[in-house]
Amino acid sequence: MGQTLAEKLIARAAGNDAVRPGDTVTVSIDLAMMHDSSGPRRFMPILERLGAKVWAPDKIVLVSDHWVPAVDPQSAQILDITRRWARENNIKAFYDMVGICHVVLPQGGHLKPGMFVVGGDSHSTTGGAFGCYMFGVGSTDMAGVLVTGETWLKVPESIKIEWTGKLRPGVCAKDINLALCAHMGLGGAEYRTVEYTGSLIAGLGMEERMTISNMAAELGAQAGLIAPDKTTCDWIKATGGDPGDPSPWQSDNDADYYAAHTFDADSLEPQVAAPHSPANAAPASEHKGVAIDQAYIGACTGAKLADLKMAAEVLDGRHVASNTRLLVAPASRQDMLQANSDGTLTKLMDAGAIMMPTGCGACAGFGGGVLAEEEVCISSTSRNFQGRMGAQSAKVYLGSPYSVAAAAVAGEIRDPREFLKGA
Amino acid sequence: MSSEGGTAWVFGDNIDTDQLAPGGTLKSGIDVVASHCLGQVNPKFANDVRPGDYVVGGSNFGIGSSREQAAHALCHLGVSAVIAKSFGGIFYRNAFNFGLMALVCPDASAITHGERLTVDPEKGTVHNLTRNETYSCEAVPSHLVEIVRAGGLVPYLEANRR
Repeated sequence: MGQTLAEKLIARAAGNDAVRPGDTVTVSIDLAMMHDSSGPRRFMPILERLGAKVWAPDKIVLVSDHWVPAVDPQSAQILDITRRWARENNIKAFYDMVGICHVVLPQGGHLKPGMFVVGGDSHSTTGGAFGCYMFGVGSTDMAGVLVTGETWLKVPESIKIEWTGKLRPGVCAKDINLALCAHMGLGGAEYRTVEYTGSLIAGLGMEERMTISNMAAELGAQAGLIAPDKTTCDWIKATGGDPGDPSPWQSDNDADYYAAHTFDADSLEPQVAAPHSPANAAPASEHKGVAIDQAYIGACTGAKLADLKMAAEVLDGRHVASNTRLLVAPASRQDMLQANSDGTLTKLMDAGAIMMPTGCGACAGFGGGVLAEEEVCISSTSRNFQGRMGAQSAKVYLGSPYSVAAAAVAGEIRDPREFLKGA
Repeated sequence: MSSEGGTAWVFGDNIDTDQLAPGGTLKSGIDVVASHCLGQVNPKFANDVRPGDYVVGGSNFGIGSSREQAAHALCHLGVSAVIAKSFGGIFYRNAFNFGLMALVCPDASAITHGERLTVDPEKGTVHNLTRNETYSCEAVPSHLVEIVRAGGLVPYLEANRR
């Protein structure tokens, strides 16, 4: 019996030749990524109580992205604790207010196919796009990793999600995610690992693959893997990283999957998920006419350079509707700089977009741009749980950057292809 | 755990981490987070839940963020165990790390709000005293039982580190 990519990655980290679903194994951690919110302020007291030192400061990437920039003394304190901990523990890979952890991590060249990585955030599934086994843990689990360099997991079964065909103009990775949420249900993967395959996935660039793996979290998957290939290696090399040999990190042809789903992208339309679940996704046209107070382009899910470009494609030569505001919080400083030099930012700002600092922003209601009671928002983020982006009665629709930009221009939800040439 | 058991607080499917630990409270300490725990679904819960009570959920209990305040808040309020049809994977780990037993119970929907329950984590059973019914749960991995016995991962590491 062959092994899935997940089983190979876990077996390597466990020091075994092979693992089987259901085995509980102890694994060595190659890299631990953490942020200001779940990071030092939460685990520092635990490390002090245990009298423990960090097992390997060079295997830690620390990112302040949730409470940035500080808006009150409490958030300032959280950022201060984070900086002090980085200094005191000699954490060299500390990214302070320069982007969202899931985007900064690969952009900094920290990920390499075959690695076993934990992240102190649920969207740590994003790292799976690089052929790493990466999953999210809470702060106490992270404290255990920091002390021992190890953690445990029950080897999950794998679910194969194959996409064939081609994305039509105006349709993108985010639409794939929302369609999957509708099809499998919120949490439908039940903490199994999903592996995305097929000709369509193979044809996607790394940013779009990151978007795909990112929302494995909403499927309830432990990890969201994409086998590394030339696209992966070229991207890592461009960051100055060393991708190594991707060939061991492929599923065997005779590997055993819990389930396999096949989808054809040819018929996929732009998707919009109604409040308060990503699983409430339907073609954008079915939500046509829903009036929008705020359109939000942000988060690791939906504000990378590729996402900003999608929004700019819709906004080019147009203006945000008078009854609507468009907020844009780029996913990283690097994305913002590139969008600046290639003209994308100008297109966004000419259209009336309000530029926000890079960071998690309004996505989880921590940063600027949160919603008032009864307000309606469309967002390129990953979750629209009730109350997450601000007031309890606010309503958040989820869509692609194309769909968010189209709603900003129209002042209401539309199929974004109405605004795209050739779509 | 007293012999007459604890009260069941019953919630539906997809109780997410924003409901358990609202983002707006996360700058504050666990007492503030806990005072808002599940308030959106049942405004009385945080105030009226008593130590030894049980939280009962449907599918995907604790889905969403990795914020462990979701589990910590329930612990802080004295909840003995969470019994649900299924759990968000990260929440499940976080619960045990705080010494909070999380039991996967296919019959969780048989429990009605206000019923009195006892739980035997070793046997993996939930006994409904009000109805005199017993429901079986999926076995809890032995290393997690040990962590709960120790009172959570931190006391466990304290006891097991040289």
